[in-house]
Formats: sequence, C-alpha cells, structure tokens
Amino acid sequence: MAIIVDENTNLVVQGITGKQGLFHTKQMLAYGTKIVAGSSPGKGGATIEGIPVYDSIRAACENHRIDASVLFIPAPFAKDAALEALEAGVKVVVVITEHIPVHDEMAVMAYAKRVDATVIGPNTFGIVSSGKCKIGIPPNQFFIPGNVGVVARSGTLTYEIVGNLTAQGIGQSTVIGMGGDRVVGLTFIDVLKQFEKDPETKAVVLIGEIGGDAEEDASMYIKEMTKPVVAYIAGKTAPPGKRMGHAGAIIERGKGTYQGKVQALTEAGARVAELPFEVPGIIKEILAK
Amino acid sequence: MKMFEYMGKELFSKFGLPVPKGKMVTNPDEAAAVAAEIGAPVVIKSQVLSGKRGKAGGIKFADTPEEAKAAAQELLGMTIQGLPVEILLVEQKLQIDKELYLSITIDNAARKPVLIASAHGGMDIEEVAEELIIKKQIDVELGMQGFIARDVVRKMGISLDTPHGKELVKVITALYKIFIQKDADLVEINPLVFSGDKVIAADAKVTIDDEALYRQKDLPRVEERTATEKAAHDLGLSFVELDGDIGVMANGAGITMGTLDALSYYGGKPANFLDAGGGTGEEGTAKALELILARNPKAIIINIFGGITRCDDVANAFASVKKKTGIPVPVVIRLVGTNQEAGRAILKEVGIEAYDFMQDAAMKAVELSKA
Repeated sequence: MAIIVDENTNLVVQGITGKQGLFHTKQMLAYGTKIVAGSSPGKGGATIEGIPVYDSIRAACENHRIDASVLFIPAPFAKDAALEALEAGVKVVVVITEHIPVHDEMAVMAYAKRVDATVIGPNTFGIVSSGKCKIGIPPNQFFIPGNVGVVARSGTLTYEIVGNLTAQGIGQSTVIGMGGDRVVGLTFIDVLKQFEKDPETKAVVLIGEIGGDAEEDASMYIKEMTKPVVAYIAGKTAPPGKRMGHAGAIIERGKGTYQGKVQALTEAGARVAELPFEVPGIIKEILAK
Repeated sequence: MKMFEYMGKELFSKFGLPVPKGKMVTNPDEAAAVAAEIGAPVVIKSQVLSGKRGKAGGIKFADTPEEAKAAAQELLGMTIQGLPVEILLVEQKLQIDKELYLSITIDNAARKPVLIASAHGGMDIEEVAEELIIKKQIDVELGMQGFIARDVVRKMGISLDTPHGKELVKVITALYKIFIQKDADLVEINPLVFSGDKVIAADAKVTIDDEALYRQKDLPRVEERTATEKAAHDLGLSFVELDGDIGVMANGAGITMGTLDALSYYGGKPANFLDAGGGTGEEGTAKALELILARNPKAIIINIFGGITRCDDVANAFASVKKKTGIPVPVVIRLVGTNQEAGRAILKEVGIEAYDFMQDAAMKAVELSKA
C-alpha cells in the first residue's frame, strides 16, 4: 500500500520531448515508474526511450489506461495542459511547473473539483511512493520503502528531511509535495486523511513553513489522528513582512507566524522538530514505542 | 506588482467604474494648473506604495490653485514609511455622505476569488467588526452574475431600489471584471463613497499577479524592489538582505529558510536570504556570490540539495567564479543530490571539500564567522 500512486499506476508525461521532460522521464523510468505514454502536440507517432508519443492526452487514452499525468510544460501553457488531462479523465495530475498565473491555477482547481480529480502542485517536486512509483523530479537515491508518510509544501527541504531519514535507514510509504504556490490542489488535511487510512504508514512527517494558515488548519485534523505526526516548520528566524521566496512564505499582520504554527501543532499532539535534521531522531523514538 | 492609486483609478475608469476627476502630477506648478482646471477645492494625495498615507500626513486639501501649489511643494519633500513622495494625485474634493468598503482578492484555501464588502468603510478593514463584513466566495466558472452582486448589496443593508443600490451592483460587476481580466491579486476600494446620488471610488489599490505580467502588456510597470533585489530577480534568484555576517546561498525557499534556522540555532547570524531556485547556471551563481559578497560577510555557506538542480552544474559555476574573481572569505559547501559525485570532484580541484550534512556545514560556517 501507499497513497495516491503505486506500482500499478500508469503514467503519461506531458511535454515528454522537452529538455526537462526527457531528463526526468529517464530518471522516473530508472526508479521503476510505469510510464506508458508521452504527449507533445505535433510529435505524435514518435517514440522516446521506448515510450510512444501522442499528439494529445485523448489520443494517449485511446491506446492506454492512464491513471496519472505529469506536466513538464512551460507556465503560459500549463493551464491548457492540466485541463487537457483532466478533461480526458485522468484522475491524478501532477503539475511540476512553477510561475503559473494564479488565475490559471484557480481555473484548473475549479475544474478538477468538478471532475473529482486530484491535482498535485503546481510548483511541486511531485509524489513518490517509495520503491514503487516516482512522479516528478526528486533525486532517486534518497527514497527507500518504509512506513513513514511525508507531506510538504517545499521541495528541497523535503529532500533534506527524506535524505536524512534514508541515511538513518528509515524508509517512506509515500512522499508528497503539495506545491509552493498560494493556490494548490491538495491541503495537508487531504493528505493526512489518506495517511491515516493507509495500513503501510505508521507515522507522518509534516513539513511546513511560515506564512498562510495551512499548518493551523492541519492541526485541527491532527487532533483526531491515531497515527503520530512529527512536524518541522521552516522560517523560525525569518524577519516579518519579507518575502522568502515562496509566495506563501510571508508573515504579515501577525498571521502565519512560526510561534502560532508550533503552538497549534503542539496542542494537537504533534511533535515539532526545531531543525530539519532532528526529524529522524524523533521518528525513531516514536516508532520504537 | 502593486500599482499606484492614480494607475488603479485610470484602470477603474476604463472599466466604467466612477472615480473623482483628477490628474497625476510631479511638481507644484502642475498641481496648481490641475486645481485650476478641475476646479478647487481639491485633495492632493501622495502616491506611494504604502497604506496609512493619511495618518502620515501624505494627504492635503486646498481651496485655491495657490494653496494646491504650496501643499504639493510640501508633500513632494516628504518620505512616507521610507518611501520618497515623487508623484501626486490632484483630485476634486468629494462631498462624502457615506464611506463603504469593497475588495476582491484570492481565498487561497478555497482556491477561489472572494468578494469582501462592508457598509462601514474608510478605516482599516481589519478594524471593522467581523459581523459587519460580508465575504462571498466566487465560483470562477460561474463568474460575477448579477444575482451575486445584488445579494451582496442586500447583505450590506442597502436597498436595491435606490440609485446607490443600483450603482453598487454596477461597481461590483466592474470590479470583478477588472480582477479577472487584469490577473489581479487584489482590487480594493476603501473608501467607496456615496456622494449625492453617485457611488465613487475615492481610493484604488490594485495588485497584479507577477506571474501574469507577461500577458498584461498594456498595464504600466511599477518597480518596488531595490536595485539589488531586482538584479537578483532578473536572474531567477530570490534575495533578501538581513543584518548578520554569514552569507547564505541555497536552492529552494524552504531549504534556504531551514539553513537560516540552523545557522541561528548554532549561534550564527545570516547576512541574507538567497534562494538560487531550480537551475542556476554560471551567470546566476556568479551574480549570487556577488550579491552575497556585497554584504561583507565573514563566511559563506552554500547549501545545495540537487533535484532539478544538478550538483556538477553548481560546482562548475562555483569553480569558475572562484578562478576568475577569487572569493575573499571562507566558503563552506554542502553538496548532495543529482550528480553529486561529479560535483564534488570539481570542487576538490579548487580546494573545497563538500559536506554531506547540513548541520555539519552550518556549524562550520558559524565557527568561521566567529574566527
């Protein structure tokens, strides 16, 4: 078991002929992901790394069962590509692309909700069900199978923490990047609910950051969870009112502060690590109980 | 991108949303001329990208063109929250019978636009009691239908059978059109005023989504960042100046914040936040180091966990910059991820042994900053 994607997930790569699309198609294949098709308008009929390329997602769906798609599509065209996959009936759409206009993101999320599909991202590294399926861009060697679910807003920080877990022999069930943009498809609660139900997941790592109130919202659900949650919130030392890269990571008017998030999480029963590399130690302690 | 009030009002005007008669000026003589043209009394408003202009004395009234000139003279010498006043808006002084509040922004959690309205405007909306504020999420597929606008007006306690009620419906509809067509993050009118039978936007706050500027070519451009921050942005770097002495470069906002947290934990003080993003080449790395060195740090930490970023690219860029310009302070590098072995070999050639773990690198950087 794992959540959202597993060894049976058939993937289509949108933008498979581009530089990033091609590079990461090879990486995903090396990880064992079942890529059954690629799409690239005007390149239909070609074959890349043994994978058939189609002009559209509809065309790919006529020839394969498609469970998920991943977008390596430049921002101005990402809305069209995401809607294309959703309209064709693809139920999991992973949008790696960053810098997508927020109005495009709102349009995609509205349609995804209507067709009852899951959008991961935008501006995400993707999703990895360790040892089974990697959809996205994280480096392969840091993800090993195990019982820890990881959900995050930020990419490289997730590699940092998963890398530390793996270095200490702690594997992961599924690792999900929700994306760093203001408007993304998943909430912490959406993911936590699935981890709670997943028999393979024994503990959950939540990686948040300052700004917004996603971590505070998550705390409401963590109270009800039977599985332990360990959290790390980046940005303890960030000065107020300054944009720290992610559109979400800005502290304004006393909302979304580090202290507020830590308090909410702690009261909900989560353990909060002060530094990213403290997470494996706490997880070990919890799993040993 | 935040827009100046006068730009926001020009935009409102184009969409048929009523604004006071007025003009933007940049010197006292122009202010007098505009006052004469539109007819005194006038209000003269400093154009700065900050709220609280009124409290800071950035808004003045004048009964004659001569008074307008004197007021403009005074305002143009001011700074408001560190921002110099260089532009003024001279407008007819409105008869104000009632002040209201209206805005549309994005509800991140709902992933939808949200219309926020109150019959009690003029003050900071955060100071208005919650029960006096109407919030209506808008379904983007449905758009701003007449019935939605009418129901918001009803909830504001304003009769739809009055000129004000009918005008308000038009204002809400126009504001939503601007919000959608111009890729706005925020359109805000505070106060929206009843003046006789009319409904007029006495202020305009418009913020456009930076990511959509490429397709909003007809909008004017406003540069809010410092020259240094802009130079960084143009190279895909996200740079914020802090007040410590350890230069920081990492890839990704989260890991950069994590690096700052780790440095502080070990007793160090970061001099900056620099997120080099996903794929910085030699030019970007050179610029990043230049920005960091300009802060005169005692040590530098580079923390790279390569996913889409390849370690050998980072190492090559760093080695090349080091050979060309030399780097006068000690540098600690943590380098892991995609192509890490190749990257480390390149660093070895320029005399740098990369660290495996962030904590070791952070501790070393703090130690060096105190040496």
